[in-house]
Amino acid sequence: MKKFIRFFYLMFLFILPEFIFAQDIISSGQVHGDFQLDAQNYQPDKDLGITDSTINGKNLGMNAYMNLIYTNGNFTAGVRYETYMHPLGGFDKRYEGSGFPYRFLNYKKDELDITVGNFYEQFGSGLILRTYQEWNLGYDNSLDGIRVKYSPFKGVSIKGIIGTQRFYWDKYTPNSRGIVRGADAEFNLNDIIKGGENCKTKVILGGSFVSKYQKDDPTFKYELPENVAAFAGRINISRGGASLMSEYAYKINDPTAVNKYIYRDGQALLVSASYSQKGLGVTLTGKRIDNMSFKSSRTELNQSLDINFLPPISKQYSYALSAMYPYASQPNGEIGLEGTLDYFIGKGTLLGGKNGTNISLNYSKINAIDKSKINDTTKIDANGTKGYNSDFFTFGKDRYYEDFAFEITHKFGNNFKTVFSYMNVAYNIYVLQGHGDMVYANIGIADLTYKFNAKNSLRLEMQYLDTKQDFGNWTMAMLEYDIAPKWFFAVSDQFNTNMPEEKKETGGKELNYYNIATGYNLGTTRIALSYGRSREGLLCVGGICRQVPASSGFTLSISSSF
Amino acid sequence: MKKITLLTLILFVNLLAFTQEKIEKSYKLPEVNIKTPEGQTFNTSNISNNGKPVIISFWATWCTNCVKELNSISEVYGDWQKETGVKLVAISIDDARNSSKVMPFVNGRNWDYEVYLDVNKDFYRAMHVGNVPFTVLLNGKGEIVWQHTSYEEGGEVQLFDLVKKLAAGQDIK
Repeated sequence: MKKFIRFFYLMFLFILPEFIFAQDIISSGQVHGDFQLDAQNYQPDKDLGITDSTINGKNLGMNAYMNLIYTNGNFTAGVRYETYMHPLGGFDKRYEGSGFPYRFLNYKKDELDITVGNFYEQFGSGLILRTYQEWNLGYDNSLDGIRVKYSPFKGVSIKGIIGTQRFYWDKYTPNSRGIVRGADAEFNLNDIIKGGENCKTKVILGGSFVSKYQKDDPTFKYELPENVAAFAGRINISRGGASLMSEYAYKINDPTAVNKYIYRDGQALLVSASYSQKGLGVTLTGKRIDNMSFKSSRTELNQSLDINFLPPISKQYSYALSAMYPYASQPNGEIGLEGTLDYFIGKGTLLGGKNGTNISLNYSKINAIDKSKINDTTKIDANGTKGYNSDFFTFGKDRYYEDFAFEITHKFGNNFKTVFSYMNVAYNIYVLQGHGDMVYANIGIADLTYKFNAKNSLRLEMQYLDTKQDFGNWTMAMLEYDIAPKWFFAVSDQFNTNMPEEKKETGGKELNYYNIATGYNLGTTRIALSYGRSREGLLCVGGICRQVPASSGFTLSISSSF
Repeated sequence: MKKITLLTLILFVNLLAFTQEKIEKSYKLPEVNIKTPEGQTFNTSNISNNGKPVIISFWATWCTNCVKELNSISEVYGDWQKETGVKLVAISIDDARNSSKVMPFVNGRNWDYEVYLDVNKDFYRAMHVGNVPFTVLLNGKGEIVWQHTSYEEGGEVQLFDLVKKLAAGQDIK
């Protein structure tokens, strides 16, 4: 397989010069790209637990990448260079180094689209296949191989893929990890059925199949299946403002380190109903996952080599303290539901005022699945067995996560914009982070922006988290001054109070995370410099939102696209 | 593999040298398949506005600055459309976690934009977006003439000045 791809690649390179010297070809070729560089200087910070030996001489971390894409008519070629010298705090140490982990060639004409090299792809909602990249999270599970997309008639599209996944800088060798192959077909019934375009009800059906191959380990005590297949079917129905989306996935037995080597098959079901019209939006989502971890290596326990994506069904919070206790899907099993309501109170009404008011509500609850013994002598999740039986629609006893939140957005007069929110959360920190018990927290946030004139504005963010568990209470304040569209200046502080006695006894300290930042934007280029301590989390300041790891010292970010 | 990649890079640099001699070519929108909120496939080459300018805004429901920008523009969108005929196409990069909540979110804020879903960031990658919010301006011919990252209060005023120039047929480069 590798030799074939290498040959194909070399062929392209030899034929290319012929095209280069043809005038038409030169005049239509273009190169565009983007890059980002993040550098952090690490100071020893006793309180944060960062000592000289933790830093180990590596007092400067830097992650950077550059993407380049060349397009010419039906042909596209792209490459990405990445360097981690050394990887920033919070990024896996195995990223240390530099190279070209991503390169591809693509040819598209009419109904055919072929890619060789690295590619990102998603089937349906991703329940059996999703390869994607999140640079700021250090996540990249691209497939290196071939992808063919073909649309034989209007309304029908078919995809086929085969490849191996990225694993830091490790080249693929036959037993290092598995080979992934799959196919997906999607049918737009309104285009296929005669007269369908005129029908108000829109229906889309889809089906996918993914199989991974990994050689059995003859020294291992259990016989392991070398080919593990997964299937999924989906339907999307919409009419006017109402919509129903559902996908069901099934995976045959796949004993791995993640599920403790049980031979139970896996299932996932995602159902989402929504209704929206001008001024109102309502959604209700239900999800059940049962043994659906799907990786291209049986022994991998970290966040690498996932073939699929199991979407968490809770709100993705954006403010520092509301994102303190984030939920993550539990691939071995979970069952939950989520509801959201978005409502716009019009202008001129009592509650709407001059500009209108938006109210958003959300609720979600996720529990363990029901598990019962398969027979009297076998423990639940015992290695080498079928694991457990589970009643499909029953919620298990253990609560993993439950939250309720509302957010009100309102502009007073012409210059004062406000966002107020309140959140209540029950968080199973033992299941989600591996320590402690249940955390119960109440969080209040006020995000206020005052515009002095067309270009100058001042933003104040005040947040408060109240809890008797974990680290205790948190208070956060940020003041940001913007000179649109180019400059921003910000100072912020997050501090911890009322730490529970048990935590103090084991060395916990009530800390102060102060930070000062400034930045400049010109077109697509952005430079930002900050100094201070940062807690790990999602940070939205100076015009953009990004995931940041914990640090103490200076941070420099440069990004651009051309 | 490394040698081949290096060779390819050398070829790119040579191609760059050739393309530099030409006059600034038009940057056409990449043709990528994304989805409508009903789940139907939509190709970005079909983004058009009858010869009038188009604003493409990459956003996500979890991106507070994106939501602030789209709220600010929403307040004046009606006036912008009356004066220049501009259309704003909002491309949501929310993944499967949030994609079914996008239209209820948009309608619950009374936005009038044309919304599409780029759930696996295919269009985002083709457009070289690094972070959201990311705004692109297309002229009457569908060519990319201006791009900008981040949003600050009042930034939409600069955006509208450029839209007015485009609507009047001026070159903004």
